[in-house]
Amino acid sequence: MKIIVNGQSLDVTATLLDAALGELGYGEARVATALNGEFVPVPARASTNLGDGDRLEILAPMQGG
Amino acid sequence: MQVYGVDINSRLLLGTAQYPSPAILGDAIQASGTEIVTVSLRREAGGGQHGQAFWTLIRDMGVRVLPNTAGCHTVKEAVTTAQMAREVFDTNWIKLEVIGDNDTLCPNVFDLVEAARLLSEDGFDVFPYTTEDLIVAEHLLQAGCKVLMPWGAPIGTGLGLNNVYGLRTMRAHFAGVPLIIDAGIGLPSHAAHAMELGFDAVLLNTAVAKAGDPVAMARAFAQAVEAGSMARSADPMEARDMASPSTPVLGKASLG
Repeated sequence: MKIIVNGQSLDVTATLLDAALGELGYGEARVATALNGEFVPVPARASTNLGDGDRLEILAPMQGG
Repeated sequence: MQVYGVDINSRLLLGTAQYPSPAILGDAIQASGTEIVTVSLRREAGGGQHGQAFWTLIRDMGVRVLPNTAGCHTVKEAVTTAQMAREVFDTNWIKLEVIGDNDTLCPNVFDLVEAARLLSEDGFDVFPYTTEDLIVAEHLLQAGCKVLMPWGAPIGTGLGLNNVYGLRTMRAHFAGVPLIIDAGIGLPSHAAHAMELGFDAVLLNTAVAKAGDPVAMARAFAQAVEAGSMARSADPMEARDMASPSTPVLGKASLG
């Protein structure tokens, strides 16, 4: 399945968000997620299904003003 | 200063972006004496290691974090970013930015008020980046904000306090509300001026991060903010148009 991860089209085999994060290398990372523009909190990742063409944003702490 | 029930001793809030290195950022935070630093959320490739390293650095400094919604142009973007920041940084505090124009980075005050209302209802402690407009400020307070952050000048310009009259009026109008000058500060004298006008604190980033010696500049800002705050408490003299001799006239010799 192809999904858009942080603006980049990627292939993932996982169909649930938490599994996809692990597959993409974010398993233990301190990140927040949004799917198709909607915030998905950590407890909801295991029950959030992914579909072809979904837009996933994975955001991490960064410097800011 | 007390914001959202938290006592803050330092009147300087510091941004964490654009420093030459993480080590210099850490030294600048320490030199500034700040208790609150601003942070953000951004996309990161590579499993989030850089974000984790940055977070570890900030956490070890023992300062509070104030996540921002920098770059957001809509209510939806800002609210979603705030929700994500609350989870990652484990704080209800949010520096709310809803940008209306890319050249000036002027806040879209209409969307700002709406986003502030939604976030306040959702339990956030909102620090809104706003203008000196009194009516907007009133609406932000009605939306649930307990602190206001008017700009001194557009973000990153270093122009100082562009509208001293407007800021002075705002200070007088909202006497009991914590007011923090956010953005536009370029020099320690600008920060001291803000404090002399009676503002509770200043928030700045570029002026320190882009200085030739960020650590020394952080120290300079700390001293300027303290000096301005002390001067305000000391009740400055009134300015006047005509000269008035400070040396006594009485007893002056007649030598003509």
